[in-house]
Amino acid sequence: MKAAAKLPRWAEYGLLPLVNLCAALLLSGAIIRMIGESPWSALKLMVDGAVGSQDSIGYTCFYATDFIFTGLAVSVAFHAGLFNIGGEGQAYIGGLGAGLVCLAIGTWSPWIVIPLAIASACVFGAAWAFIPAWLQARRGSHIVITTIMMNFIASALMTYLLVNVLINPGQQSPESREFGPGAVMPAVDVVLAHFGITFAPTPFNMASLLALLACLFVWVFIWKTRWGYALRVSGQNARAAVYAGISPPGIILAAMVISGGLAGCLGVNELMGSQHRILLDFPGGAGFVGIAVALMGRNHPVGILIASLLFGALYQGGSQLSFDMPHVNRDMVVLIQGLVILFCGALENIFRMPLAALLGGAGRAKT
Amino acid sequence: MDAYREIILLLAATMRVATPLVLAALAGLFSERSGVIDLALEGKMLAAAFASAAVASVSGSAWLGLGAGIAASSLLALIMAFACVTHRGNQVVAAMAINIVVAGLAPALALAWFDQGGQTPQLDGPGQRFLGLAWPWSQAARRHPFPGLAYAELVSGHNLIVYFAVVLAPACAWVLFRTRFGLRLRAVGENPLAVDTAGISVNALRYQASMISGLLCGVAGTYISTAASAGFVRDMTAGKGYLALAALIFGKWRPYPTLGACLLFAFADAGASRLQGVALPVVGVVPVQFILALPYVLTILLLAGFVGEAVAPKAIGVPYSKEK
Amino acid sequence: MAPASPAQQTPDGTPGPALELRGIDKRFGAVHANRAVSLCVAKGSIHGLIGENGAGKSTLMNIVYGFHQADSGEILVNGSPVAISRPRDSIEAGIGMVHQHFMLVERFTVLENVVLGAEGGRLLGRGIAEARSGLERLGREYGLEVPLDVEAGLLPVGMQQRVEILKALHHRAEILILDEPTAVLTPPEAEQLFRMLAQLRDEGKTVILVTHKLKEIMAITDRVTVMRQGAIVHETLTRDTSPQALAEQMVGRAVLLRVEKAPARPGGVLMEVRDLEVRDASGVARVKGVTFSLRAGEIVGIAGVSGNGQSELLDAISAIKTPAKGSIVMGGRDLAAEELGPREARTLGIAHVPEDRLRVGVVSSFSAEDNAILGYHRLAEFNRGAFLSGAAIRKHCESKMASFDVRPPNPRLRITAFSGGNQQKLVLAREIDCNPSVLIVGQPTRGVDIGAIEFIHRRLVELRDAGKAILVVSVELDEIMGLSDRILVMAGGEIVGEVAGSEATEERLGLLMAGVKGEGHR
Repeated sequence: MKAAAKLPRWAEYGLLPLVNLCAALLLSGAIIRMIGESPWSALKLMVDGAVGSQDSIGYTCFYATDFIFTGLAVSVAFHAGLFNIGGEGQAYIGGLGAGLVCLAIGTWSPWIVIPLAIASACVFGAAWAFIPAWLQARRGSHIVITTIMMNFIASALMTYLLVNVLINPGQQSPESREFGPGAVMPAVDVVLAHFGITFAPTPFNMASLLALLACLFVWVFIWKTRWGYALRVSGQNARAAVYAGISPPGIILAAMVISGGLAGCLGVNELMGSQHRILLDFPGGAGFVGIAVALMGRNHPVGILIASLLFGALYQGGSQLSFDMPHVNRDMVVLIQGLVILFCGALENIFRMPLAALLGGAGRAKT
Repeated sequence: MDAYREIILLLAATMRVATPLVLAALAGLFSERSGVIDLALEGKMLAAAFASAAVASVSGSAWLGLGAGIAASSLLALIMAFACVTHRGNQVVAAMAINIVVAGLAPALALAWFDQGGQTPQLDGPGQRFLGLAWPWSQAARRHPFPGLAYAELVSGHNLIVYFAVVLAPACAWVLFRTRFGLRLRAVGENPLAVDTAGISVNALRYQASMISGLLCGVAGTYISTAASAGFVRDMTAGKGYLALAALIFGKWRPYPTLGACLLFAFADAGASRLQGVALPVVGVVPVQFILALPYVLTILLLAGFVGEAVAPKAIGVPYSKEK
Repeated sequence: MAPASPAQQTPDGTPGPALELRGIDKRFGAVHANRAVSLCVAKGSIHGLIGENGAGKSTLMNIVYGFHQADSGEILVNGSPVAISRPRDSIEAGIGMVHQHFMLVERFTVLENVVLGAEGGRLLGRGIAEARSGLERLGREYGLEVPLDVEAGLLPVGMQQRVEILKALHHRAEILILDEPTAVLTPPEAEQLFRMLAQLRDEGKTVILVTHKLKEIMAITDRVTVMRQGAIVHETLTRDTSPQALAEQMVGRAVLLRVEKAPARPGGVLMEVRDLEVRDASGVARVKGVTFSLRAGEIVGIAGVSGNGQSELLDAISAIKTPAKGSIVMGGRDLAAEELGPREARTLGIAHVPEDRLRVGVVSSFSAEDNAILGYHRLAEFNRGAFLSGAAIRKHCESKMASFDVRPPNPRLRITAFSGGNQQKLVLAREIDCNPSVLIVGQPTRGVDIGAIEFIHRRLVELRDAGKAILVVSVELDEIMGLSDRILVMAGGEIVGEVAGSEATEERLGLLMAGVKGEGHR
């Protein structure tokens, strides 16, 4: 079989994604040049904007946390052979779940509110993913289309709720009232201050710890348990799964529910860690970044962690960029994101063969 | 009388709303029948919408805009074909990549070139848009309800692209079932190995199908920005590409049923818009967001109710390689 | 580019070569599939090409047909060199090929399938009408009548093959290559095919028959070439050789063509199947009222050409598919009535080595050790609480590899890096590890080299002697006759006859397979 050329592990998980990222950046640079700006200065501005100060680093980590959740969500579904494009809607509805708990009992002790809100975010996100999962498992409805539709429906639903139901009375903008003090995810700079370390105040909050725990959970679940094994079998070969006594429809449901739950946790980071209220469109495209992150991270939690930080830097750097280059804005980051998906996902073999040849040659020389 | 008038106007609106769907769905028909999933309809249309509006604005000619729209969409189709046919990449991932790239690139370029926050300038000059064409005596006919009003609203008064969409389904059916190209196209979507064995190039056929898809999506996107609207606005396709794909699936990859599905969607959409702000008997005024969500909900219901996986072209989604 | 060789006339006076290969060499990565192969096929003859799986014969023919390009070497048709870089070139050179797995578009009609590639014009109407009359004539001439307007996917397999042959003839093939053509035919159908091939030969066409069945080579070919490990090792006139001699050439050593075993000592009934009816995805009954039982210490073989319900029967007995009617009783439970699945079947003591190893029996992207627990991943021996025990799994795989002589004995290696025979040994090892009472095996030696075949056959006999009930389904009559103590013949979804292993002959089984009902069974 003309199989994808074999790369050593470090190249497969480290070098190849890096090469793909560089290709994406190069192309974006060309487009920046095309609109009359200097790609080099753009890059410098972005890097400085992303990690140039404590402030930037904090924001970078904050955005990265969003992407870890959605990236993990996409990767769990990928392992089960499913393409979950609904991360955006699942994150949105998950945030609703967290927000509702926070609005209801926001004055109670954080030790009660926070776990409950996290659980609610997971449940709501999982429920939003369950619908397309059920349709795929029982009706064979193409999960890609249904999850995309669910994104649109989530948007309409949340708009309706925020304008008509949850809106803070007497206010113009469609947002809920502010959460009570118990519903606030402690900010990292506040926690660090307890240990005598000063750090600039940013939205970077303890939801990031949750994200790291989620990475650990996904790693253990997928590779170290029999349920994760069953999930991987079903994702690779549905017929072999049936033969092995695994039920592919059951796996579809389970994988999507976990995926939706992970995406829902984004709401915890954004709403409880930063905004402290429910508002419109807080996912802001993170669901789609999750796809790029999962692909770049080769669907492995460590890769996803790194890719999320990278994209967090892109986002933070990108928003700084628009101050100094008025012709460049966040759309450019979306472009880069799309190019990363293109290179890491669809065109991944384009660099794999030359790399394998390059490394294979070196390898042979050693032995 | 009023009801009759309402119905005629509704049908006319249906035709206009259906046009981009029909164009996109039939575009998807060609690539999907050749075995390549066409999720990038959305991105190709959006790119065409931007390109045509931009060029129409700058050049003052809607026709040049059309050419630009087709060119942009075809370029993307070429990239898709390159990634999926030549490099055998994952077709769903490639399509999502294209959609996201366009979603970012189009407003970015619009901002850079026109400085209007991601839009293109309003198309208000003469010849910059595809406007409705009045057929002879339509003004006079309008006064006579039957068949005059029908003639005036349904037959006359649409822009060229709508008329193009009307003849497209029969044209596609003819190409698909009465020509050698159509036979080979259908074969390559069912069993590419059989086509290869018969001495025909699988890749060439798939590229050709991609190009046709690019062309039709180009027209669809151009319609959206220069006929149905007066310029490009970010994300203006609003999921129509996915709706078109759902219509294609619902229509079981055949031209006429697909046309029917598109009309169904359009009818529901047009009908729902008319109900905005109108108090209905039991439910009262339907919130505007629900109406906006209707096409998407309808898509899910359609996919849930009626369609099985079994009917798709057999080899769809699987990149072709000789060594199995 | 030397001009046509002086050997236009071969030594025995027959006409010059229709097809000549000189020094065809092809590598796939590290595998040297064809080693400087040179071959002459005389015009107006039937030439056999025989070799084991992996010998390189399919690769060679694919090069001739234009699917692959040789790294070096020449192809000459009727004495002139031709450049064949894709199938169209070979079609134009007059070469047609009937592949082992048919290249038909199932949703097209027969007529549409045949004209694909030679439609006779941009618009279909006229070309198809002309093709229709041409095909009717061809059909009558060669006894290849096929209904032209039926969907190809609905035809029985024997008819589908006729369509393939018609296709080649419609594309004006003078040289016809057939790759394992009788794999899907009953003996009488094979006879009919051979008569047709003889007719083609007598009319001056050239036929190349690629097969691993020695009997066919002896029956129909004029000359035979033996390939082994990518090279030609022997070439002779068919009348000057014998199956034994050819088999030895194929393998390179003396070959045991029969399985050695003591007579069976069957014990109690372990599984009872009654009036089983299994339907396929479109609701068509593929297994119709099958009844039999499996006893401990006995090997029951199911003979029959593939496509007669054996696969569906296997799916039902291994609980992958729930039957529409009937019962499968084992250990006091009815798999059918209780709608049990493979998980429960394994608990009941049923193990299953599937027919399609790569698509069902293993996950091709997993390592050997991950595949070694497929279906058994829930067992306590592989788990420590909620987690899989990597150490236990690895050790388990290592011990299996040792006792089944699987090479290389590296559990971390991807399963596709192992040869077919080693893969099958691992699957077999996995399935018998839990000491099942009933072992169901589908096509035990498909894609397996001869050394592993002997190993697997011996293992199955050992299992029988240890008191297991074994059900073997195979399209290889030799295998069924060699292994089974009792043979059931399936045709058209029914069991049409039962023959004791010791009394089975190919003629008797062949008659049954063709639908002539025998004694001993309804």
